[in-house]
Amino acid sequence: MNVPNTLTATPMTNGNPMQDYPAVVTEITEDAVAVATYMLAFQDVDVGQQFNFSAGQFNMILLPGIGEVPISISSDPGTPQSLGHTIRYAGNVTSAIARLQTGDIVGLRGPYGSHWPMDKAIGQDICIVTGGIGLAPLRPAIYEIINKRDDYGQVILLYGARTSADMLYTDEFDTWQNHDIQVHTTIDRAEEGWSGHVGVVPMLFYHLRLDPANTLVLTCGPEIMMRFVIYEALARRIPRENIYVSMERNMKCGVGFCGHCQIGPKFMCKEGPVLSFAQFEPFFGVEDF
Amino acid sequence: MPDLTPNIGAHVSIEKSSLQQVLDVLKTMGYSLVGPTLGEGAIVYDDIDGIDDLPRGWTDRQDAATYQLQKRGDDSYFGYVVGPQSWKKYLYPPSYRLGTVERKNGSYSSTPNDEEAPRYALIGVRACELKAITIQDNVFLGGDYQAPCYKSRRQSAFVLAVNCTEPGGTCFCTSMDAGPQVGPGFDLALTELDDVFVVEIGSDIARHVMSEIPWQPSGAFELQAARRAIASAETRMGRQLDTSDLPDLLYNNLDHPRWDDVAQRCLSCTNCTLVCPTCFCSDVLEISDLTGQKVDRVRVWDSCFSLEFSHVHGGNIRPATRSRYRQWLTHKFASWIDQFGSSGCVGCGRCITWCPVGIDVTEEVAAIRMEGPQQ
Repeated sequence: MNVPNTLTATPMTNGNPMQDYPAVVTEITEDAVAVATYMLAFQDVDVGQQFNFSAGQFNMILLPGIGEVPISISSDPGTPQSLGHTIRYAGNVTSAIARLQTGDIVGLRGPYGSHWPMDKAIGQDICIVTGGIGLAPLRPAIYEIINKRDDYGQVILLYGARTSADMLYTDEFDTWQNHDIQVHTTIDRAEEGWSGHVGVVPMLFYHLRLDPANTLVLTCGPEIMMRFVIYEALARRIPRENIYVSMERNMKCGVGFCGHCQIGPKFMCKEGPVLSFAQFEPFFGVEDF
Repeated sequence: MPDLTPNIGAHVSIEKSSLQQVLDVLKTMGYSLVGPTLGEGAIVYDDIDGIDDLPRGWTDRQDAATYQLQKRGDDSYFGYVVGPQSWKKYLYPPSYRLGTVERKNGSYSSTPNDEEAPRYALIGVRACELKAITIQDNVFLGGDYQAPCYKSRRQSAFVLAVNCTEPGGTCFCTSMDAGPQVGPGFDLALTELDDVFVVEIGSDIARHVMSEIPWQPSGAFELQAARRAIASAETRMGRQLDTSDLPDLLYNNLDHPRWDDVAQRCLSCTNCTLVCPTCFCSDVLEISDLTGQKVDRVRVWDSCFSLEFSHVHGGNIRPATRSRYRQWLTHKFASWIDQFGSSGCVGCGRCITWCPVGIDVTEEVAAIRMEGPQQ
């Protein structure tokens, strides 16, 4: 099965592909240490109604006078009126986002980039492998699987974090499991009260039985983690074109004009962030590329 | 004066002094004239009023890290190579206000810059530069999205091109299939001979312009002289670059020791990217007033040679000069081809001339080719 990605949602351009629109912070949920999810809704109802996104795409969030950051959409693609953005406080802009309260206004534009191959995955098993905040861009894929659970076969989530306090969305794991999604978690070092796995994420593969010809691997996390996820997947004879990664780069414009997010021939804001390993193999893991 | 308007594709001859009339007609049509003139010890592009502002009788001697103005000993208007600047400074300005964001009553409004774009007549566009413009067209207009600022400037520009008869020491446009004869996309293309300009008509607007100018159909002798001048330029390129096997040659050598070698010399100063007529990378600055209520968002040229360029949370993707130089060279000569269907280099030689330490892209590519993959 090789169905092309056809469902890519495109940004609202209105003649200007970088036009931002005011959006209200409707809810803030603390997910983990220095990580929170901001629910945003466009102020202009018409704009909100036009907006659609596909799982894996990202938005640009603008704090006027401070800057703009690319943030994956982490909420349900079925309810695009309310858009979740899970943010780790790391730089200038995200630290300013940390000071926002509900009711505050930010600028929002998008959605940009490619998406997880949810259409190609229909009828297939899905193995989601992720570390830390890498789960955020994959949560929309999980929601989409739940929304259309019968479309997909066995679904497994392998999720690792440094400590249990760094794990996102833990209160949703039961719901996911109730929808027949296997959730396997691991943390880097043992800690008191933790009864699950200890060790790096790729080791979770050892507990699985996969049907390699009919499994798609979707992975997002630190590049070193993804590299070993790819090794494990390839070792299990999952074809290159069925292994998908989401790459993090410095997306600034979102439309391929600013040049910042290139990796070799690909602009991560247009052809990425989600790429199949087959599309990307020669450039994956080249040091400092 | 013939009362017929020359056809597109026709070659006509005008007295050299008639170039002034061409410029006058363009001014009457509402164009702002920008072209080569002497300034800052070089030939730069600036506002011009007439042919007296052109660098008549001057040329520029160029080599790696070397640029020197010299008297030619004749009265050529276009007897120079290319200066440090390119036309991207007009079509894609170094600093451009994208829009303004104003906070009020707990919300904010975001107003795009809707200033009318200037209508430029670009005077003296070389073949390599016209090719560079078409390459930037592909970047800003050729994909799913179009850059509004570039689009309006580009579409209203008049291109008066000049065939190159004076290649410089760092030129290699023939290798990049970009010159010395101007390719498609000009309105008028001149070839400068001793006593006349041979003018090729490239557009309807140009026909209109020429209908106001005293012209003669070019004679066989003039056409032959023009052809010979261009053909002679072709043989006098200061450099050459073997483009066979690109992009694979570079893709297959991402770990070549030559990158370490060039990194020992490269200052990461960004000069090459600023003088390059195709480099298009940019950043956006947030410039707020003192109250913080009003913020101009200004797009500025950026360079892949700066450390912050590849910043992501937690670090920079390309911390060392080695990786930044590799990014620039592989983009220009390899990944550009995948991205936009052509090389990002036109062989104008500016990056060689204006590199303060004289790093030569033709030499770097040749070194990787000669030394082959190192195991």
